[in-house]
Amino acid sequence: MSDQSSKPRVPDEVGVPDPFQYMHPVLKANYGNWDWHDRPRPGVLRHVAKSGDVIYTVRAGTQRQMDVFTIRRLCDIGDRYADGHVRFTTRSNIEYLVADEARVAPLIGALNEAGFPVGGTGASVSMVSHTQGWLHCDIPGTDASGVVKGLMDMLHDEFVQEKMPNRLRITTSCCQINCGGQGDIAVNVQYTKPPKINHDLVANVCERPAVVARCPVAAIRPAMVDGKPSLEVDEKKCVCCGACYPPCPPMQINGDDSTKIAVWVGGKHSNARSKPSFHKLAVANLPNNAPHWPEVKDVVRRIVEAYKSDAQHWERMGEWIDRIGWKRFFEMTELAFTKHHLDTWTGARKSMNMSAHLHF
Amino acid sequence: MKDDDIKNGDREVHPTPQLDELEDGPWPSFVTGLKRLRDEGAPGNQKMMNDLLGQLNHSYENRMGYWKGGTVSVFGYGGGIIPRFSEVAEKFPESKEFHTLRVMPPAGFHYTTDILRKLCDIWEEHGSGLIAFHGQSGDIMFQGCTTENTQKAFDDFNEIGFDLGGAGPALRTAMSCVGHARCEQSCYDEVRAHRSIINSLLDEMHRPSLPYKFKFKFSGCANDCVNAIHRADFAVIGTWRDEIKIDQEKVKEHVKEKGRRYTTDTVLKMCPTRAISLNDDDTLEIDNKSCVRCMHCINVMTKALSPGDDRGISILIGGKRALKIGDLMGIMVVPFMKLETDEDFEKLEEFAENVVEFFADNALEHERVGETIDRIGLPAFLEALEIEPDPNMVNHPRTSCYVRTDDFDEEADKWFARQATDQVAE
Repeated sequence: MSDQSSKPRVPDEVGVPDPFQYMHPVLKANYGNWDWHDRPRPGVLRHVAKSGDVIYTVRAGTQRQMDVFTIRRLCDIGDRYADGHVRFTTRSNIEYLVADEARVAPLIGALNEAGFPVGGTGASVSMVSHTQGWLHCDIPGTDASGVVKGLMDMLHDEFVQEKMPNRLRITTSCCQINCGGQGDIAVNVQYTKPPKINHDLVANVCERPAVVARCPVAAIRPAMVDGKPSLEVDEKKCVCCGACYPPCPPMQINGDDSTKIAVWVGGKHSNARSKPSFHKLAVANLPNNAPHWPEVKDVVRRIVEAYKSDAQHWERMGEWIDRIGWKRFFEMTELAFTKHHLDTWTGARKSMNMSAHLHF
Repeated sequence: MKDDDIKNGDREVHPTPQLDELEDGPWPSFVTGLKRLRDEGAPGNQKMMNDLLGQLNHSYENRMGYWKGGTVSVFGYGGGIIPRFSEVAEKFPESKEFHTLRVMPPAGFHYTTDILRKLCDIWEEHGSGLIAFHGQSGDIMFQGCTTENTQKAFDDFNEIGFDLGGAGPALRTAMSCVGHARCEQSCYDEVRAHRSIINSLLDEMHRPSLPYKFKFKFSGCANDCVNAIHRADFAVIGTWRDEIKIDQEKVKEHVKEKGRRYTTDTVLKMCPTRAISLNDDDTLEIDNKSCVRCMHCINVMTKALSPGDDRGISILIGGKRALKIGDLMGIMVVPFMKLETDEDFEKLEEFAENVVEFFADNALEHERVGETIDRIGLPAFLEALEIEPDPNMVNHPRTSCYVRTDDFDEEADKWFARQATDQVAE
């Protein structure tokens, strides 16, 4: 607006950018008029419009947290081997749109050459949906990108092929807020100790009534500690969820040995067949063992293998477990079923078996 | 490339033995990317990334995070920047300020390589050179900016048509699936719905004043590729009212290719309401009155089956994760709404504005709208939004007898009156 450099620029509140200016011309021309699709090979989608137009999509995995060199390299590939139009999936895979089938194989070759695995379509393990972790978050119990790197290295083959019973979606979250979301397998931080309170700082840093209100089990109350206004936690009530930590950083929930990892199974966003579902606890108290998290990887591997070997085509993780029963799930994965698997939260009763239906 | 030495040319770099472990293996390594910024990036990127890598390695060693929040914003806006100040700045001073700019992506995440390069150039100049496509709310996350450069980076993004997303107690950045642009299963114009709602409510995004966050997500069908029912306060899901479209010749081809047993096992048996039969001549028959529009059979037989022609949207309200009362999925509040004409879109926009206004007026501090509904009961919410109860809103009617029903007859009369009106309309 103004050329006076001292005056701040008034933002142009443009909102959500119009995607049509960036969209592949074949997508634009056939917007809302597609007919069918199939997958000629893993990592490639073919969509056919009612007009007869065809667009190929080549999907490749990325590390999500990308440096400008990586992005420019992906762009170079897009200019040389594709049509210069890309999009990203909700799981941070990049998709190249290509109108000419002859360009598909060279594009795949170029992506593989540059170290970007082509896959993530159909009955595969797609990229882990994840969070920021130690790299950028202000409350993380663990890292995100590192855990994801390890999991995707392990599951690389399942990304580039479509040999699972159905799609398998993994998420990770670095605290119990669970920004990573629901997953067929969810790898989430689970705190195991109440917050450690720095009473010197609480009065100055925290809005105490707001912190009291934040606690889901009403375990926090105002208190005078060493003559200073602070907060105290009823440790018998505390469920160690960490909800007080974001509004009150002096209530440190993380500890190098008390921050643990839990693995959950059977979350599903889609409405296909069964209704959407939340993930359920499989195992807790795994160590937060950077940089490779071997205990977590081992559990995930066992769950993936059991699902792969036993589920029927099109059954998602939760649907498979519904059929075989939790007893068999815990047997097949060699995980323990404990009192901590019995829900105690509001509505817990609805998760109990109130029938004579049994699995033996 | 692993660091054999802590020397990098003439420059000393922090040793990162923990992170070095994450450079092998077939998956692209974020560590290799960070190191490339440290070693070959723009001068500002190099310094910042060296200390960032140092701090991250420090986190790996101690298994603790070292960022704290604060307040950073750009002129005219109250949100959209995630401030990060290092708690170990004395050891790693160049990344002591490492803020993120949340920037709204084009609806459906479409880009040209040209615009991606422009975004990279801006971020190389003003930020760290590290970008995430995309954060969990859908933002492009430009990670690593000093307080001083935040305004410059935003100004440059804004000049090429990008705007900040949401943060804090505000309308958040929305997401929409690829939808109409490339998917035959899409039941409405996601781009238009996404852009018209968010752009009409931008004030709630840029100047946070809601009780807590409020998220919209737009999925073209019940496959819900943007996870709207779990993750959005306001989920828009495409659906249809008439019959599934069947191309019987393609059904026969599918059966011929895959076999009857496989078709029975994967299509018929998996229909949640047992609404599909395979005829003796290998054609399909669907009981559309029993069909719940789950998308499964259409997903399996992509060439033979497709959503009907009388398409529109459903709206579910109240999805969120655990804090504070536990996980909630959205509740079906609008089973069907047409979304074709300008008037239809205006009606949707108006409804969205009403729900956000209801939330602003009635939610407690730090309460999501799903929790408000839980607290006041769905009937009160429906009454406030002038929505009539509908059997599609429930799995089953109430089982508890603790309810006062002395106006039941008046309510029943309303139902019968609505039924009569609907029949006339049809």
